[in-house]
Amino acid sequence: MNNPQLNSNGELQHLLTTEGLPVRIMRDILDKAAEFVSVAEEHEIKKVPLLQGKSVFNIFFENSTRTRTTFEIAAKRLSADVVNLNIGSSSTSKGETLLDTVDNLCAMHADMFIVRHSSGGAAHLIAKHVAPNIHVINAGDGRHAHPTQALLDMFTIRHYKKEFHNLRVAIVGDVMHSRVARSQIHALTTLGVPEVRVIAPKTLLPTHVEKMGVQVYHDMAQGLKDVDVVMMLRLQNERMQGALLPSAQEYFKNYGLTTERLAQARSDAIVMHPGPMNRGVEIDSSVADGAHSVILPQVTFGIAVRMAVMSMLAGAK
Amino acid sequence: MNIHIKNGRLIDPSNKIDSKQDVFIANKHILAIGKAPQNFAADQVIDATGLIVIPGLVDVAARLREPGYEYKATLESEMEAAMAGGVTSLSCPPDTDPPLDEPGLVEMLKHRARSLNQARVFPVGALTYGLKGAELTEMIELTDAGCKAFSQADATLNDTRVLMRAMQYAATFGYRVWLRPQDAFLAKDGVAHDGEVATRLGLPAIPVVAETIALSTMLQLARETGVKLHVCRISSAEGVEMVRAAKQSGLSVTCDVSMNHVHLSEMDIGYFDSNFRLSPPLRSLRDRAALRAGLLDGTIDAICSNHSPVDDDAKQLPFGEAEAGATGMELLLPLVLKWAAEENVSMPDALAHITINPAQLLGVKMGHLSVGAHADVCMFDPEFTWKVEPSALKSQGKNTPFNGYTMQGRVRHTIVEGKVAYSL
Repeated sequence: MNNPQLNSNGELQHLLTTEGLPVRIMRDILDKAAEFVSVAEEHEIKKVPLLQGKSVFNIFFENSTRTRTTFEIAAKRLSADVVNLNIGSSSTSKGETLLDTVDNLCAMHADMFIVRHSSGGAAHLIAKHVAPNIHVINAGDGRHAHPTQALLDMFTIRHYKKEFHNLRVAIVGDVMHSRVARSQIHALTTLGVPEVRVIAPKTLLPTHVEKMGVQVYHDMAQGLKDVDVVMMLRLQNERMQGALLPSAQEYFKNYGLTTERLAQARSDAIVMHPGPMNRGVEIDSSVADGAHSVILPQVTFGIAVRMAVMSMLAGAK
Repeated sequence: MNIHIKNGRLIDPSNKIDSKQDVFIANKHILAIGKAPQNFAADQVIDATGLIVIPGLVDVAARLREPGYEYKATLESEMEAAMAGGVTSLSCPPDTDPPLDEPGLVEMLKHRARSLNQARVFPVGALTYGLKGAELTEMIELTDAGCKAFSQADATLNDTRVLMRAMQYAATFGYRVWLRPQDAFLAKDGVAHDGEVATRLGLPAIPVVAETIALSTMLQLARETGVKLHVCRISSAEGVEMVRAAKQSGLSVTCDVSMNHVHLSEMDIGYFDSNFRLSPPLRSLRDRAALRAGLLDGTIDAICSNHSPVDDDAKQLPFGEAEAGATGMELLLPLVLKWAAEENVSMPDALAHITINPAQLLGVKMGHLSVGAHADVCMFDPEFTWKVEPSALKSQGKNTPFNGYTMQGRVRHTIVEGKVAYSL
């Protein structure tokens, strides 16, 4: 099976998932993002002309403010023309199919699609469908993947920890329903993190999660013991229905990240969260705003990482 | 019309024949095997040199989509597909729109099918009205109209009291009940096997226990009621083992598997290929091995195509939103031959799974070429290799997980009721 993310020269054609993404490309993205961070930090000018004259379409079949905004900012800093479409509230509700929508946008000379969809595989479907000069970035598909989030997390880890090969990382929370967690796990294992843990009750873990190369913990204290990085996941309120969890209170009591719990981790551990946070559900405010938290830098790095991905795609032949 | 099929290798699993024998057809029936009867004058001679002559295939699960889903397929298109696949008898599940729960609908379908002079259609009637699992259908009337069994198709019957009564009522009259084991709650929203692939792709999953819990319920109720139970589309290793144990304990139960599950597994889904969105879901390699073992030891009686034409619009969607199903009748024979070659199964043993065995499940007198039997014959070239090109399929459904596969074995002639209905 050909890797649908790479072109025949082995360059990045689409960014759909971190699974099977070659480590050299992952490192290239992180290195390129580092350049953009220095552009942002050291100079007044935040804008570079790498995507001048290109049209980037943000097509969001599922609502999102944060991710869409960071993609928009990233595209604008690369001088692209950006069009935002919230399809959740327009075409498909009128009966247009996903691929019809995409065809119409292609006819408007789109160069790049940034896609979010509630079904796993939507970005793959679009990538398979479009002409070879059009690039697709998956901004989240169902429970499957959210690769730019995972890459910005890797960037954040590298920024604070320098290396990956000596780390112990714990991912805490609703792995079952999380595209972020799946993408994080593939990225961490690809970059050589020797120990990736997931911590959650059994109802929030996919049945065969250990096959993804992680160690499973159901106890927060044991799972957090001596970790270097704690990656929290958002817990959706609807998980309380469907008999997955009894209550937010009980969840917080057992799996919420508090200062006391965090004390199990290494003293220089960093705490991450993909946002938006549910304070008092998965994370205590004292941790979210505390010295270990790198949650806001994650957001800043997110723009640089998305700029890096877009500029690499635009450079692909 | 008298037909002389000469120089072919005749394989008739039911009569344990595998030898070079001529077949003589007269008056819609098999007149003789081997030597020409006295005064036999052939109107048509078919030279079957290099071909294998077998009973027409019997497919226990082929959706024709009529009535109600003519945009997916029509009787005309699917009957042509049946002929091209050598399928001369088929049974269609009742999940049409409206479902086959009224004698009039069944008579209409049988009438439409008969007027095309192609495959014989043996409808499976709905076990409950509207397949809703609440009220029993008029099984006697439906049987008179032509139904050979009663089923819920892929709809589940959650009320175990209704299920028990349906079985009791069917058992009273000796009717067959065909059920696909799937627990509605455990399978809810699921689109893929609860295994490694669904974990990785984040697809909502259907665990094996969804099959085994439903299977356990229906086996216990079959024991209680004495109904003739047929388990449709078994998909898991644990399910096969339960049917095996039930058979060993003397329960009157039979079982089929779809050709897709004999050959494919969850791994084939790859990058969300919706051609592999099937129901039941493709399970693990271990399950596939157990299904094959179940075929070898007789736990599984028949292989069906589970032919389910789907329109492109319903398939060109993200995996989880795509409609389950694949076209299949034209691939049934080569896929059974492929399985036989891979497992070293003799040609007669393999072909029994698509001729005499399914005919017995339906309780019809097809699936064999005894003297006096209906002259439904399939002739195929076992050396003919061909590539599956969806656009070249006769079925209106063009979606198949075997797209691009090289098949060995192709139907050259199909005879129904003593008339050549298809030739390649």
